[in-house]
Amino acid sequence: MEAASDPPGGGPRPNLTRVRTPRSVGESAIKVLLFVAALISVATTVGIVVSLAAETIEFFSQVGIFEYLLGTKWTPLAGGDQKSFGVLPLISGTLYLTALGLIVAVPLGLGSAVYLAEYASPRARRVIKPVLELLAGIPTIVLGYFALTFITPVLLQGILGIEVQIFNALSAGLALGVLILPVVATLADDSLRAVPASLREGAFGLGASKPQVVLRVVFPAALSGIVAGLVLAASRAIGETVVVLVAGGASANLGIDPRESFQNMAAFIAQTARGDIAAQSVEFLTIFAVGTTLFVMTLILNAISIRFVRRFQQVYE
Amino acid sequence: MKQVTERPESSSEGRSAESAAGAGPVPAGTQTGNGRTTGPGTDPAAAGGGTAKPSLDTPPVFEIENLNVRYGDKLAVHDVSFGIEERRITALIGASGCGKSTFIRSLNRMNDLIPSATVDGSVRYHGQDLYASEVDAVLVRKRIGMVFQKPNPFPKSIYDNIAFGPRVLGMDGDMDEIVERALRRGALWDEVKDRLKTNAFGMSGGQQQRLCIARALATDPDVILMDEPASALDPISTGRIEDLMFELKERVSIVIVTHNMQQAARVSDMTAFFTVVVDEASGHRHGEVVEYDETEKVFTNPSDERTEAYVTGRVG
Amino acid sequence: MSVAEAPVARAVVRGASSGARVREILFPAALLMCIAFAMLALVVLLVDVAVDGIPVLSADFLTRFPSQIFPERSGIQSALVGTLLLMAVCAVFIVPVGTATAIYLEEYADNNRWWNRLIEVNIQNLAAVPSIVYGILGLAFLVRGPLELGRVVLAGALTLGLLVLPVVIIVGREAIRAVPSSIREGSMALGATQWQTIWKQILPGALPGIATGVILALSRAIGETAPLIVVGAAAFARFNPNDLTNDPFSALPIQILAWVQDPQDEFRALAAGAILVLLFLLLLMNAGAIYLRNRFEQKW
Repeated sequence: MEAASDPPGGGPRPNLTRVRTPRSVGESAIKVLLFVAALISVATTVGIVVSLAAETIEFFSQVGIFEYLLGTKWTPLAGGDQKSFGVLPLISGTLYLTALGLIVAVPLGLGSAVYLAEYASPRARRVIKPVLELLAGIPTIVLGYFALTFITPVLLQGILGIEVQIFNALSAGLALGVLILPVVATLADDSLRAVPASLREGAFGLGASKPQVVLRVVFPAALSGIVAGLVLAASRAIGETVVVLVAGGASANLGIDPRESFQNMAAFIAQTARGDIAAQSVEFLTIFAVGTTLFVMTLILNAISIRFVRRFQQVYE
Repeated sequence: MKQVTERPESSSEGRSAESAAGAGPVPAGTQTGNGRTTGPGTDPAAAGGGTAKPSLDTPPVFEIENLNVRYGDKLAVHDVSFGIEERRITALIGASGCGKSTFIRSLNRMNDLIPSATVDGSVRYHGQDLYASEVDAVLVRKRIGMVFQKPNPFPKSIYDNIAFGPRVLGMDGDMDEIVERALRRGALWDEVKDRLKTNAFGMSGGQQQRLCIARALATDPDVILMDEPASALDPISTGRIEDLMFELKERVSIVIVTHNMQQAARVSDMTAFFTVVVDEASGHRHGEVVEYDETEKVFTNPSDERTEAYVTGRVG
Repeated sequence: MSVAEAPVARAVVRGASSGARVREILFPAALLMCIAFAMLALVVLLVDVAVDGIPVLSADFLTRFPSQIFPERSGIQSALVGTLLLMAVCAVFIVPVGTATAIYLEEYADNNRWWNRLIEVNIQNLAAVPSIVYGILGLAFLVRGPLELGRVVLAGALTLGLLVLPVVIIVGREAIRAVPSSIREGSMALGATQWQTIWKQILPGALPGIATGVILALSRAIGETAPLIVVGAAAFARFNPNDLTNDPFSALPIQILAWVQDPQDEFRALAAGAILVLLFLLLLMNAGAIYLRNRFEQKW
């Protein structure tokens, strides 16, 4: 303001020196406050690790680590001599159910993504995208209900005539497939659309047909992004609780017959936490040991996914 | 982050004494350590740095000495030294990538917003080093306004665009009056007085740019920096902005980056020519000032052949 | 080219092109089938739930308390109230914390500092942690342990809040990033401080996006079952929680789970009815998000 009223010919030296006003103190305080808010997410991770580690260590003071990791019988809630803490059936059950889900979701999800990215008109996209989002937004308890009341009795036992148990891996696996299909489709669609148009045009210029361009040029170019999406989808399936709890049943099964009942780690945790067990009992501690196992598995998968995403970004940025 | 190679030059008492002295021509503080005044005229040191000497007889608003700007470890502007005079229009010309924009953004510390940018050397504004540790960049920008290449009105009404600056600076007075005065000075009042409450995004590009100039004027700055203000505009809008600059220079100093040499020749009193220098060893490119002089001299009788090549259109 | 060769060449060309043409039709057709399957799954699911659930829907269903013995006198009042309370408290937690974190990471954090990179990687990782693990965190730290809140709404809401916080942060950051830097520069060049620039220019521009992120987060939280199981939400609650820190609470997904697992068909129908209520709430939230996006989104 003063500058404007000064006569021409050199103004007074302006004072630009920083002074501590309430406003400048406020600015610094706000920055600190925002930083503290950002730390809450770090505290969450620390909290998860601490809560898991403390009780897991306690668990391993009562159960041998090799008995846990290598044992093939998982009956921690049984009475007396029947108790056994071999986690392998839970891990294999988790992977088995995830594999079933992926068998459903990978071809269907990728097919949907390729159609969306390469063939769909803008209008078709505007219809299909929201449907996928809607599917992605269905709560998993609803998928569990669907598996138990439709997939098992109507689809598997009825239409397909497969003699499955009431709780079975096939039904839970199909529901998991429906659960992660939108994840696969959405992430693959993003990766495909990130492939530069010049690459497509180059291939078309060489006389390639559209399926050739899509399969041999665009798809390979988007592969690392697609794989990252698949890994993420797999980690969703590995960590899923309710679908398996409702449709998969409660037996830790080391077998491979999809008509039988299977349980995964997350469903075991939920089932045990719901039960009436004493705190600090070894049954209670299994929640944390299995939780740690699950947490580590998803962490590794996520690290793999992030690595793939990085590689993907390097190519086109 | 900022590396400032500046000695403490005057005590705070000295400073307040100068302020009290009022409108002296060149405050004592502009006397630099090696005993020369850095005003225009005679500057052997600057000439040694490849910089010619300005000659108009007005006090400097900026004295730039050995300024280097880096992005990360990449040098963008190298060893720039010259003085920018008060209440004149100073044009910065040169080919793309020669550091003009980087340089002009170092005059109001807009480069602070780029985390990797570091500045050394000194930029003195009315004798005070802008990069001294005790200087508040917010106070700097309050006095040194800026207009950008692309018009960047806020997504608010015309009125709120103008009032934003005065409001955040806590200026008192009747806001309606402040807004009207700024719009009049920006030569926009007659066009928009009936739709002050409408969204600024509905204006034409030229109007938006004049709004941005009026917005900068609303806080009564002492200097306005313009980074290619007309490059996105049609010739008529460009002409209006040039007319506006002539009116404004009675009260403010203007520094303008432009690609358009006719524009530089038309509007400016002084011209600095920047060029790209390729470091032979590393292959890195950075900008340097080749020549700084009265505009007429730069365009009719340049002393450096690179300037001549550029202004006659042989390169660039 | 001789006359004799010409028909052969033409035949070859035609053969190749008709084979290619078949592939060019079959390939997208197969892809379309994939999408059709996804859509079919959604439709069958919704029909399955609707057929079972619509008959039990009534005003009484909403206002009665659940029963383990008499399906015909059962309702979802306590579960519905519990869910609404959970969402309200969850929103109060995630809106400030999520927005503040997004602002910090976009506007203040210097990525050359290891702690800022740590925060960022950490949020990416948190987004992939299974929800049941958040339940364990809630059990160990909120229900028991340091905070010892007990099995109350506050503990459940905070657990869900931590679970969906990454969603708010990630979407919020995108919204902030979408505000062009020219706005930031324009504001700073007028002498506005960093916070004035954020508060008066960037946040208003990013608000629709942030709100969408919050709704997205809440619509994820409202359907979460696993963490609430571990935290100890009750099924068949005979009363509503009167306050957030003392009373036990129920929630729709928990009540649905309890009914789904009951072998009696009448109870399964109640589960379907409750699912319809849950889906309706979800629909409401998504409609809200779409409305916000269309009505307030700033075109730059």
